[in-house]
Amino acid sequence: MSIAPTPKMQARGLRIGFYNERIKKRLNVLDGIDLSVAEGELVCIVGPSGCGKSTFLGAVDGLTRIDGGDVLIDGHAVTTTGPDRAMVFQHDSLFPWRTVLQNVVYGIEIQNSMSKADMNDRGRQLVELVGLKGFEDHFPHELSGGMRQRVNIARALAPDPELLLLDEPFAALDAQTREFMQVELLKILNRAKKTALFITHQIDEAIFLSNRVAVFSARPARVKEIVEIDLPKERSLALKHETRFRDLQAYIWRLIEEESARTGLVTAS
Amino acid sequence: MTATLNTPSSIADDTEDAAPRRSFYATHETTIIGTISVVAFLFFWEYAVAQKWVNALFTSSPLRIITAGSAMVKEGTIWQDLATSGIEFGLGFGLATIIGVPLGILMGWYRRLNAVLEPFVNALYATPRIALLPLIVIWFGIDLGSKVAIVFLSTVFPILVNTMVGIRTVDRDFIKVARSFGASDRQLFMTVALPSTVPFLLTGLRLGLGHALIGIVVGEMYGATSGIGYMMAVAGATFQTDRVMVGIIVIAASGMIMTQMLKMIEMRFEKWRVDSRG
Repeated sequence: MSIAPTPKMQARGLRIGFYNERIKKRLNVLDGIDLSVAEGELVCIVGPSGCGKSTFLGAVDGLTRIDGGDVLIDGHAVTTTGPDRAMVFQHDSLFPWRTVLQNVVYGIEIQNSMSKADMNDRGRQLVELVGLKGFEDHFPHELSGGMRQRVNIARALAPDPELLLLDEPFAALDAQTREFMQVELLKILNRAKKTALFITHQIDEAIFLSNRVAVFSARPARVKEIVEIDLPKERSLALKHETRFRDLQAYIWRLIEEESARTGLVTAS
Repeated sequence: MTATLNTPSSIADDTEDAAPRRSFYATHETTIIGTISVVAFLFFWEYAVAQKWVNALFTSSPLRIITAGSAMVKEGTIWQDLATSGIEFGLGFGLATIIGVPLGILMGWYRRLNAVLEPFVNALYATPRIALLPLIVIWFGIDLGSKVAIVFLSTVFPILVNTMVGIRTVDRDFIKVARSFGASDRQLFMTVALPSTVPFLLTGLRLGLGHALIGIVVGEMYGATSGIGYMMAVAGATFQTDRVMVGIIVIAASGMIMTQMLKMIEMRFEKWRVDSRG
């Protein structure tokens, strides 16, 4: 019996493959992923392009079929999607025919877990939490990219999931908005007290947000290394200019570069 | 950024700034020019007839059309014709909607059902439905039935096909979001497929409308005992050009009014669209 608490999320030897129609062959995408995330932790996943990061997140959400190994949430194996997890997709994918408030409460509506009045109260709270008070009745096309991503995050948080899965949520935003959103996300997650798994291509984003960064190898992916981010708990954008931050950045960059080199995907550094 | 977020009024200010005060003429220029051009044309038409540049027996004239129209209103026959055509249209169009929308949804949703029905739909959609008129008259006679049938056939395919395309082209990202929240098939259909299909459905109705009017007029000219198309055929055969013109105007006006009504419904349902329709 271990004394350590059960991790919020634990992947054990997770394997996933897809049959590729074009080359008539089965491709292994994930080749035994071992990763655990403790309650209240934010872990970022980085890795070479196309290494299977999104596939992994899909498996944790219960959207992608698992071929081997398993994913445990609070010690229970994932078989399908559940209200204990919520996904924030890269494209904000807000329903254009729903207002901000109606988008935010979508998950609650689907899970039918509250009365209509409670649902709308909860929706309003979340709209306020992500800093969009006053925009409840706007339609998505009336909002900027950053605002839409806030709504997207609020929508994922609304059914009160314990684990938030974020798949490159800020990739489509301009550099400046992205940095503001990183700060905002930390604030939101702190206030909402959530555990989160975050995929990104941006190494600085990964370091800035996480407690630990998991570096995936090239496909078929395994966890190459888990980097502890020994930066102060309180994060501010100034941190990005400190030596320790830059050292971590260089270190993780080297890890990814090694992997890209293996598959001939080396990019200029 | 946070600063701008907390001031929703800035958006309203922007729109007000974007629409500065303009003169009555500037805001209504298109309408004013359009009206003048139509009035000028009518005057020229009347004048050309009065000067005997053209023969009124062939071209009629605005005043003659008004006279013929008011005579037809006094006789009361036009109401009878309008009622006949209106009922034919209403029944045919209504039936096409009641059958076309659900069938389009089912064909878009279930691949197998689509495989069964698609060859027939494609063949009939490609055929000019007017070509079926002789067959329809054999089956349904020259009364109400044949006209309802031709309106139905003219309208049901545009409605069905557009609805089907709408269901089939639902954004995959929306489906992923719904699935991620654990939506059942029924919920996926109600909250994602159906609302994203509404614009396609309304386009189908608008296309169907045009086809329906053609169906009515041709159907009534081909074989009928009353109706606007029948009235026009009789007037045409007896060289009453003025009355033919009245028929044309009645049909054009009803088409325009109904299209406008559908556009208003579209606006109501699609206010979320980024469309630049003014």
